Amino acid sequence: MIAQPDSGGHFGPYGGRYVPEVLMAPIEELERAYLEARDDPAFQSELAGLLRNYAGRPTPLYFAKRLSASLGGARIYLKREDLLHTGAHKINNCLGQALLARRMGKRRIIAETGAGQHGVATATVCALLGFECVVYMGEEDMRRQRLNVFRMRMLGARVEGVATGSATLKDAISEAMRDWVTNVGDTYYLLGSALGSHPYPMMVRDFHRVIGEEARGQILEAEGRLPDAAIACVGGGSNAIGLFHAFIGDPGVALIGVEAGGRGEALGEHAARYRGGAPGVLQGAYSYLLQDENGQVALTHSVSAGLDYAMIGPEHAWLRDQGRAEYLAASDAEALDAARRLSRTEGILPALESAHAVAETIKRAPSAAGEIFIVNLSGRGDKDIDIYRENFKELDPQ
Amino acid sequence: MTRIGLLFERLKRENRKGLIAYLTAGDPTPARTPSLVHALERGGADLIELGVPFSDPIADGPVIQRAGERALQAGTSLRTVLDIACRIRETSQVPLLLFTYLNPVVRYGLDRLAEDAAAAGIDGCLLTDASVEEAEAYAAAMHRHNIDTVFLAAPTSTPRRLELVARYSTGFVYLVSRTGVTGERDSLSASVAPLVNSMREVTDLPLAVGFGISKPEHVAELGHQVEAVVVGSALVRIIEQHPGPELEQRLEEFTRSLKSGFGAQA
Repeated sequence: MIAQPDSGGHFGPYGGRYVPEVLMAPIEELERAYLEARDDPAFQSELAGLLRNYAGRPTPLYFAKRLSASLGGARIYLKREDLLHTGAHKINNCLGQALLARRMGKRRIIAETGAGQHGVATATVCALLGFECVVYMGEEDMRRQRLNVFRMRMLGARVEGVATGSATLKDAISEAMRDWVTNVGDTYYLLGSALGSHPYPMMVRDFHRVIGEEARGQILEAEGRLPDAAIACVGGGSNAIGLFHAFIGDPGVALIGVEAGGRGEALGEHAARYRGGAPGVLQGAYSYLLQDENGQVALTHSVSAGLDYAMIGPEHAWLRDQGRAEYLAASDAEALDAARRLSRTEGILPALESAHAVAETIKRAPSAAGEIFIVNLSGRGDKDIDIYRENFKELDPQ
Repeated sequence: MTRIGLLFERLKRENRKGLIAYLTAGDPTPARTPSLVHALERGGADLIELGVPFSDPIADGPVIQRAGERALQAGTSLRTVLDIACRIRETSQVPLLLFTYLNPVVRYGLDRLAEDAAAAGIDGCLLTDASVEEAEAYAAAMHRHNIDTVFLAAPTSTPRRLELVARYSTGFVYLVSRTGVTGERDSLSASVAPLVNSMREVTDLPLAVGFGISKPEHVAELGHQVEAVVVGSALVRIIEQHPGPELEQRLEEFTRSLKSGFGAQA
């Protein structure tokens, strides 16, 4: 199972390369360049140095004592990706891909962003390594993540608003792909999740595997045994696959992905791909997709912009088919409550995305006495302050 | 042989070049499309591409994106497009090529689509976002029902990829004139000639070139290099700007002016 994907980028039936012909040769070139870089000690050593000295790895695995005590069950550890430079796990992948772009001789980097965390991380590494940077972002997301829009501009990136479709992550990816199709000669597309055409799902996973590898060593040191569950939120699924991968070969470790349950069960009210989704093709990959009966991609909703996407990454679809990972959903309200609870028990204000993983933890911890959970705290909540303010009006008397 | 194959044989025999016209089926409404197709045919279009609207058209520029939105608003689905083809076939034998993103096809079912498309009088199918690597089952299903599979070749395509495109294509090969999305351009990329030459080395199929062609001068420039040229966004823009009763007349006249780019043909 660990040797996945095959040479065509398939995880079982999922994944693959579904892009216009114009992009096929560049994607093959990208795959070759990545495989060479992956096996090049100089590349890995430069990346490891930046992860340590620039991004702040390793991140702590923190025992959440008061949260655990308040739930009265499992011992809960938080993998503190929120403490990384730029405030989320996204920087792991951005550093890796930007070094790859430099190696490939590109001068311009484009990216899509939902919550803005990937856009900020991309703008950051572009400033660090001297790339021109353009970030595509849905206008709806720009409205709800204003702070990150300004951070990107401060870092020298151009933020291009996308007004088509639902004006969210999906539409930003389409626009980034159109840019890439047009400027493929000098431009590197720095995709931010474990999505899209091969080799992206594999490459993005590889750059985030460090999360699980560290956590595995840290929990063995802290508890002398592996955890009973590893829990992470899943939009495209980059932070989750990064955490899960080190534990796939350990059958005693339950792998639990938490999707955005949004505000209702009906299509369009959530981004839980296993709630009515079916396999389909979107933006380069074959995987579980929220769509209508005619194969038109459905609109999605989540309070969390980073989870608001119609497709789950192909490796997650495969892990679920294999029965190796389980996928559940947390609603907007549950995520908001979890964020407040974590803030008050541990002094840690999580990103709304990560709050979905915390919400599932809150549900299952009380009945899991004696168990150990690792929860990926993939990002910090500063970017979500406006949304928290809207939802916790009692804390903000006018 | 399909109507597409017969068309290119006839063009060759008569020493003529073909004009291929794209429109998004269902724009502005499914009921209107047959009448627009007939107008294109009267203007001289030799083959019609019926675009299937898709919610996330990554290969299309703004003009065709908006057409897709209008068609979806009007309730157009892949099944609707097949129904439109049936209605066109009541009065016309113009070759019809289904031009679609993959997901509506996956949802509909490959075998079911091949069967229903053949019954509707569709002659060929082109998937914008399915590489030849992923196309084995698709090509087999279409060929079982005598539907041509047209694939795209691009300026970025490597020689190995062009060979794959040649192997899986029937009817003709669609050359993308330049990197980029669909849409009109003032000048055409110099990359067409090398692509035409590379493609000729690996196939005897007719070649059509598209993307960015909007003027009779473009048609003239490309007409002596390939067997057919494709015009899409420029036609779709007329549909967008003149949805009133004069639309058919305008489409017919514009198509005729494009066709004049080939010069005097027999």
